[in-house]
Amino acid sequence: MRVFLTRRILLLVPTLLGVTLATFLMLHLTPGDPVTIMLGEFASTADAARLRAELGLDRPLVVQYLKFLGRVIRGDLGDSIRSHRSVAEEIADRLPPTMELALAAQVLAVGLGVAAGVTAAAARHPAVDSAIVAISLVGLSMPTFWSGLLLILLFSLTLGWLPITASGGLRALLLPAVTLAAPAAAVLARITRASVLEVLRHDYVRTARAKGVSERLVVYHHALRNALIPIVTVAGLQFAGLVAGAVIVESVFSRPGLGRLAVNAILARDFPLAQGIVLIVAALYVFVNVGVDILYGILDPRIRYQ
Amino acid sequence: MTAVSGVPRVVLSVSAPRTSREALRHLRRRPVVLGAALVLASFVILALAAPVLAPYDPSVLIPGAVLHPPSRAFPLGTDELGRDVLSRVIHGARISLRIGLVTIGIAVVLGTVIGLLAGFYAGLVDGVLMAVMEILLAFPQILLAMAILAMLGPSLTNAMIAVGLSAVPVYARTARGATLGVRAMDYVEAARAMGAGDGRILARHVLPNMISPIVVLATAGVGIAILIAAGLSYLGLGAQPPTPEWGAMLSGARSYLRSAWWMATYPGLAITLVVISLNLCGDWLRDLLDPRMRT
Repeated sequence: MRVFLTRRILLLVPTLLGVTLATFLMLHLTPGDPVTIMLGEFASTADAARLRAELGLDRPLVVQYLKFLGRVIRGDLGDSIRSHRSVAEEIADRLPPTMELALAAQVLAVGLGVAAGVTAAAARHPAVDSAIVAISLVGLSMPTFWSGLLLILLFSLTLGWLPITASGGLRALLLPAVTLAAPAAAVLARITRASVLEVLRHDYVRTARAKGVSERLVVYHHALRNALIPIVTVAGLQFAGLVAGAVIVESVFSRPGLGRLAVNAILARDFPLAQGIVLIVAALYVFVNVGVDILYGILDPRIRYQ
Repeated sequence: MTAVSGVPRVVLSVSAPRTSREALRHLRRRPVVLGAALVLASFVILALAAPVLAPYDPSVLIPGAVLHPPSRAFPLGTDELGRDVLSRVIHGARISLRIGLVTIGIAVVLGTVIGLLAGFYAGLVDGVLMAVMEILLAFPQILLAMAILAMLGPSLTNAMIAVGLSAVPVYARTARGATLGVRAMDYVEAARAMGAGDGRILARHVLPNMISPIVVLATAGVGIAILIAAGLSYLGLGAQPPTPEWGAMLSGARSYLRSAWWMATYPGLAITLVVISLNLCGDWLRDLLDPRMRT
């Protein structure tokens, strides 16, 4: 187990270096002069020169990258061109609401998705299975910026049960979380269904049934437990997708968060801020992936020895 | 048995049909897929014939018709500027079709070329190309698309480029895997023995035999691309008003939810119908071409 853990954690280093390199190059692969784009055509030469020096654009590329890397390791992501605040502070302010939304959506997605998938796989009646398959197809295909609007229309404006906007604690979190969770739950339902169906064909399931174990126990104890690996993989990979997907949901529900910050950074051509957000979310994605890897090392001893 | 890699292998379909007639017979047994194909066909017709089929010009402001609910004159109502929603939804099909084709075109062409080269030449070419792809795969697709848009600046064309480029790594990885399998085949060896050059082997022998997983990926990929591009337009990073793009229309509808539900309903319905149909056709094609790829 220790070898497995060490190898997984060491593999983080090249991946994170790659992510920082890609993020660093964002500024340099931009067509045109980033300083002109940021300051506009009519900026004074002195201002342009100052920004160029501030961003270190007058140095050789390798030096620039190493400096960038050094700053990132120390937690310094530079300053926003527009607000002149430090990018790290801007992100620290906006990260908690986004994580809250993504976590709530993840919990909902796993709960709903796995329950629906198991129900579909174990359904006695083919109509139940078909209905769940159909609903998950719709969930998968509906854009969140539409389902969010429909939920607001129904629950906030027509029925008046839930608030439309951000403030208001858990009640205000419910609709955005459901909206964000829907496609993820649909994917999990499909994966769970396929995975449980596959396991239900195994000999040990037949043995369990033959010795009189109740169908409920067969499905939840024997089948679901053995079907968990693909489910955990997909659920884990979904988390960072949910953080990225929060961009749109935050916009639908006017929630403050990383998503709004990212959109505003792109619209304002605020490169340091956009770079910082991309770097943080990608790093989060990488860490979650490694976490998932380690988790299935624990779930399935076979993987550790590959 | 469940693959340790985490992909359950479920083989539900009959063995892959060899001829198009068999494929058609297979399709007739799946009325839902047939329906999906018909929905897609009607959207393509709507898209191509939009100027003829739309009752109004999508950008013309009709005097005295601001925020009209659906009626005989305006079957899907009008928006806050007095534009006909039906005409805008029809023209939106044209834009979405273009988005789907352009983005998937970029992803398939670049991804296939990169994957072919990496898989065929192996060694250093493979190492460098795939290292770059692996780094890009460390970014969620919508984030990668937004990063590219941050570089190019917001516009519909740039959104299409960004969504297309952000999908390249997935296609490249799939193409490389498929190429590795084909490269080891005897007929590639035979072609080389007969004196064929790399270019000829790649184009005539490897490409046609590695393309089917790419086709499967692309069918479902069009739906994902349309969703992401519409999402970017919703955020204001893609199509700009007054373009009748579905995502941008929904973004505009948000302020009128209370007074004009129809503005927020029909463009979303159009996206969802198209994406459901694409997903159904994608699943069907996957069963048909490669029963092992089911997830």
